[in-house]
Amino acid sequence: MTQYLETDVLIIGAGGAGMYAAIAAAETGANVLLLDKSIVGRSGATIMAQMTVAAAVGEEEPDDWRFHLKDTIAAGRDLVDEPLARILCQRAPEKIWQMDEWGVGWARSGNHLTQAHAPGHDRKRCVYVDFLNTGPATARTLRNQVRKYDSIRRVSDLIVTDLVPQDGRAAGAVALHLESGQTVTIAAKATVIATGGLTSMYNRNSASANMGGDGYALGLRAGAELIDMEFVQFFPIGHLAPRMTGMDPIMWDPFRYKLGGRLLNGNMEEFTQNYGAPEDGKYVVTRDAATYAIFKEVEAGRGSPHGGAWLSFEHIAEADLRAAFGPVIDRLADNGIDLTKMAIEVAPIAHYHMGGLRTNDSLATTLPHLFATGEAVGGANGANRLSGNAISEVFVFGELAGRSAASLRHGAMPNIREAAAPYLAVIVEAATRTSDGTAPTAAIAALQNIMQQDVGPFRTAEGLRRALADLTELTDLLPDLPTGGAKAFNQQMADWFGLRNMVLVARTVATAALARTESRGAHQREDHPGLDEAWTYNQVISLNGDEIQSSRGEVRRLAQEELV
Amino acid sequence: MSDRLTTCLKIRRGAPGEPEGYDVIEFEFEAGQSVLDALRWIRSNRDATLAVRYSCINANACKECVMRIDGRTGYACTTALRPGEMLIEPLPNKSLIRDLVTDTLPPDERLLET
Repeated sequence: MTQYLETDVLIIGAGGAGMYAAIAAAETGANVLLLDKSIVGRSGATIMAQMTVAAAVGEEEPDDWRFHLKDTIAAGRDLVDEPLARILCQRAPEKIWQMDEWGVGWARSGNHLTQAHAPGHDRKRCVYVDFLNTGPATARTLRNQVRKYDSIRRVSDLIVTDLVPQDGRAAGAVALHLESGQTVTIAAKATVIATGGLTSMYNRNSASANMGGDGYALGLRAGAELIDMEFVQFFPIGHLAPRMTGMDPIMWDPFRYKLGGRLLNGNMEEFTQNYGAPEDGKYVVTRDAATYAIFKEVEAGRGSPHGGAWLSFEHIAEADLRAAFGPVIDRLADNGIDLTKMAIEVAPIAHYHMGGLRTNDSLATTLPHLFATGEAVGGANGANRLSGNAISEVFVFGELAGRSAASLRHGAMPNIREAAAPYLAVIVEAATRTSDGTAPTAAIAALQNIMQQDVGPFRTAEGLRRALADLTELTDLLPDLPTGGAKAFNQQMADWFGLRNMVLVARTVATAALARTESRGAHQREDHPGLDEAWTYNQVISLNGDEIQSSRGEVRRLAQEELV
Repeated sequence: MSDRLTTCLKIRRGAPGEPEGYDVIEFEFEAGQSVLDALRWIRSNRDATLAVRYSCINANACKECVMRIDGRTGYACTTALRPGEMLIEPLPNKSLIRDLVTDTLPPDERLLET
């Protein structure tokens, strides 16, 4: 028996952006159904973010949102959707103060917030919560706020498998309840995609388990457009070895800048200077240059044992290490890591996706009544995201998408009982496949290898064509992969529906990457080095039957006077 | 490369109403690897039907992978593997859903059964 629910606003994904959207929608008087395929407020990317949030609050030194916007546009290499970026930068400060009022606990010094000078910013702009606690504090704060509203219904363990379009608009969704195996139909006046990005499609990533591009696939299949799918940000010195738990794998970055951590190849020699990026004792080699140098050293057989580079702080005095790392040094010790005596291994890891659902300034997608928020929004960061902008997006885009979606609450409630039937049938059919065969988890691992190998930070036409062929094979396998047959908490069903989304989204990334015959920002083509002015436009992706179609979209610009 | 070690995980399996059973699975590991590393490897390489709740994998941020390890409550993601035998069970004080998954959700976040 399928349960049938109705709501003004359906929010898919309950990380930071989904929770912020729920609060904003509830504030306007809408009823909200806030879903997560794992646990509300615990899963997703926000809670893992240990770093900083960019906002021109001007607490550390005078600042203006226009300076933040200028840096954001510069980082995005001419592809930033400027109106969206302006919304982000202009509204970020008020959200920082809202979060402060809600008790997030931004780090302070005396009577002002402390702000760090992160790479790519022209001044100290990034607030944070000590120590490496920005994401957990943000998630906890928003969870507490969400709980205050009786009009927000929270449901965990509910996996949306398809949106249900009706009369040319989004009208709700169908879902699988992981805990019971039951199917659920949800009619909604407006739907918000808050499922984050796609970085768990790569086998080296900084993602939680549920960042497989679900929302992109849901939107695409229902008729929405995607933008900038080729731009996947890799973080150059993600933790690789020894095994370290309880820490964000991207944690080394600020310490390397602050203390001067040395990047060394497998022979314990500095190497970035061989790729035109000498350390010069300043340790400010840019992310793209460091990523390239590490890749090339590994390719040449001079990588570290696990296939990356060494990062060494051994030359730094113990007292200086302790001063900089604070209590983190003890957490490292728990992992058997003593930086005075050993180097650790690092490698580029998939960290963030600049692309996503194509939206207007209200965060409405191209499918009416469907909205996007957080990392799932494409465009605001162009070809490369400025550090600190991801959580700013959580706040600003969360609030905006929630309010925009709630504005549709006075319309009629759609009846999707009939329209939902074919989508429910997919769940019912999937649950019947109990035969032996490749488990969906193994197929996901295969997909992650394909993406890492051929659709990573450095790409060639040959590799991308190979990836597309391999992904087609995986797509063909889908109908035969077994799902185990269990009713309660059948994770193989979750895996299968996750894989179905990943394969589709992976094809969009590879397709867009193959078409873009230049190198720009996070998209680097070894067979097309250098930026090509002729490619100063966005690629817009849509689905026609099973075929992925790509078209050109003009980059949305602000008038010059709006920028200064 | 670091030395390889071997652990034997004795994992409680089954759903309510099913006979109590344990699977014993051997796993080769490097020092520093976690219980969750082993459970995820098992799901990918030995038995995909194993039910285990986790999200952040690594950061000990989501707190979802709480279970009983060698008779003590802990997080699979931050409990280091050790050589020999390790006993992996669901929380005893929460109702069992399946295998290592128990009902750890706040009551108002559950989908009510029809």
